Amino acid sequence: MGLPELKQTATEARLAGLTLPEGGWSEAARRDALSRLTAMGLPQRRDEYWKYTKPDLFLDPSEPHAALLENEEGMVFGEIDRLKIVFVDGVFDPDASDDLSMEGVTIARLADSSAADIHWAQDIYGVLEERGQTPVRRPFATMNTAFATDGVLLHVTGKPSKPISLIYMHQSESSDAILHHVVRVEPGAEATILENGPAAARFNKCMEIDVADGGVLHHVRSQGRDHERLAVTHMFARLGRESVFKSFTLTVNGVMTRNECVIELTGDDAVAHVAGACVGDGNFHHDDTVFVTHDAVNCESRQVFKKVLRNGATGVFQGKILVKEGAQKTDGYQISQSLLLDDDSQFLAKPELEIYADDVACSHGSTSGAIDETALFYLRSRGLPKGEATDLLTLAFLAEAVEEIENETLSEDIVGRLQNWLARRR
Amino acid sequence: MLEIKNLTVDLEEEDKQILKGVDLTVEPGKVHAIMGPNGSGKSTLSYVLSGKDGYKVTGGSAVMDGLDLLEMEPEERAAAGLFLAFQYPVEIPGVGNMTFLRTAVNAQRKARGEEEMSAAEFLKVIRARAKELKIDADMLKRPVNVGFSGGEKKRNEILQMAMLEPKMCILDETDSGLDVDAMKLVADGVNALRSEGRGFLVITHYQRLLDHIKPDVVHIMADGRIVKSGGPELALEVEHNGYTDILSEVA
Repeated sequence: MGLPELKQTATEARLAGLTLPEGGWSEAARRDALSRLTAMGLPQRRDEYWKYTKPDLFLDPSEPHAALLENEEGMVFGEIDRLKIVFVDGVFDPDASDDLSMEGVTIARLADSSAADIHWAQDIYGVLEERGQTPVRRPFATMNTAFATDGVLLHVTGKPSKPISLIYMHQSESSDAILHHVVRVEPGAEATILENGPAAARFNKCMEIDVADGGVLHHVRSQGRDHERLAVTHMFARLGRESVFKSFTLTVNGVMTRNECVIELTGDDAVAHVAGACVGDGNFHHDDTVFVTHDAVNCESRQVFKKVLRNGATGVFQGKILVKEGAQKTDGYQISQSLLLDDDSQFLAKPELEIYADDVACSHGSTSGAIDETALFYLRSRGLPKGEATDLLTLAFLAEAVEEIENETLSEDIVGRLQNWLARRR
Repeated sequence: MLEIKNLTVDLEEEDKQILKGVDLTVEPGKVHAIMGPNGSGKSTLSYVLSGKDGYKVTGGSAVMDGLDLLEMEPEERAAAGLFLAFQYPVEIPGVGNMTFLRTAVNAQRKARGEEEMSAAEFLKVIRARAKELKIDADMLKRPVNVGFSGGEKKRNEILQMAMLEPKMCILDETDSGLDVDAMKLVADGVNALRSEGRGFLVITHYQRLLDHIKPDVVHIMADGRIVKSGGPELALEVEHNGYTDILSEVA
């Protein structure tokens, strides 16, 4: 069966300028992705999961444009001891990056197709992404698998002493970048991955994460403050028995951001936490689309998403917990909340639960509200100026999401940034 | 210190007059008590003085140390030395009590052009003050008033008062929801702050708080006005005879 004509035309137009990288171990996966993509087509406004977020800007075949931000403050995580891997507009920068060797992890580049003994990555590349296509299609991830120009392959075999830090610099106003990372955490291994920076005028990023039994992966990212940048990102995580995956994302500014996170709990007693805090002002659209599947016994999942919106900003949350038959003793939690600082901003939420096991505890909630006037007056009556009091209440609102970051140094860095940014916007 | 003249106030949303010409002067170093039945306008007076939204001042004035309070933002009134101990202290999830207090102290200092208090100095002072009010370290760490008992909330109000060292303190039914021991603790906290330069306005339903915080002047408020003023004996009269006698006497 062919695609509807509009969809086919739009897909062809968007892919016209792209070249499928050839050769190396990933070629078969890329070719497979391209044929899957051609069959499903890129999203259109009428697609169910693109109802609240228009895909137009990601589909536009013309060159994207995003002004560069004059960043007078240091980079996020700048003070943290980490192994830096730098991409500038999607291109690896060896001079700015650290030496890629560290005990407990093997780091290779996707673009380096001759990398030896990379079979572990071959077992994951495009594989988790494809698993994540059912029941909801995620065509931009498939497009990423096919066309990604680079990325890192992180093979975590021990406990690296420092976080692995992916830094995405944005230096060209018209860059259109596609990066694909593959992460494998071996049994009992443990690592922290940091990501920060706007990356490009338009950024499509995919990360496939395979955490084996007893493995632990922490992930903290900050998406950069450039106002006009576009980002569509995917995380596909598969969790083995007694493994842990905790992810937190901070988004401030950006006209269009779609962050999808697909997690599959496949081993008993696994834990997955995914959280996000975003602050949007004006021309800002931010979408968190999350799908957590419980397919094992006694697993725990948490989704905590908080959005602060003002001056006409839009926030979207589409979150689902699917508990498969037999996934007994599931503990699932999902909360999505927005703080609307004026009447022009909006929050659209679609929380979903689908449960086929009978011995589970799942809760979900979604709220939208304004600043608590009583609390605001209380703070002001103690001498806090209105702006400062509003910021304090805003940070308090975001706290539940930020607290999902286990490492205190990292969470303090994030809170410090938020404080500065809020103060500047007052 | 605080001079209120013929103050008239409407409730904004209902267009209903609540204060119908209040006259009251609190001198430095004095404790004035306002007593009165429910709905007489006592709490409204405290909110209007501290700058809460929702009230429309239709006439009269309220001046503190030469400053026109009614023209100032709530935070400016606070920095100028006005403090309201809330009848219902507000719970603020996500904001640590200690952070809140240090931010408040330093915001006021900054507004007055004074140097901010260092973290070390602040810790030293708050620990001493908290100890006097039997507020433990845990209560200081927890989010503001969240999960506090009624008594803990009121003690926390007095702790804030002690840290902010205001010139003019308004206590809005600080005795409500307190048992005898808690009331004694709160009253001791207030008495410790009594000083020559500081004025107090203690709003209460009952005389019992005034056993512990001895007032210099007692006012009876009814239907938006101060209808009778006198010495501490007036509070005792209310305690014995209720408001009805006094109100019929002035009617």
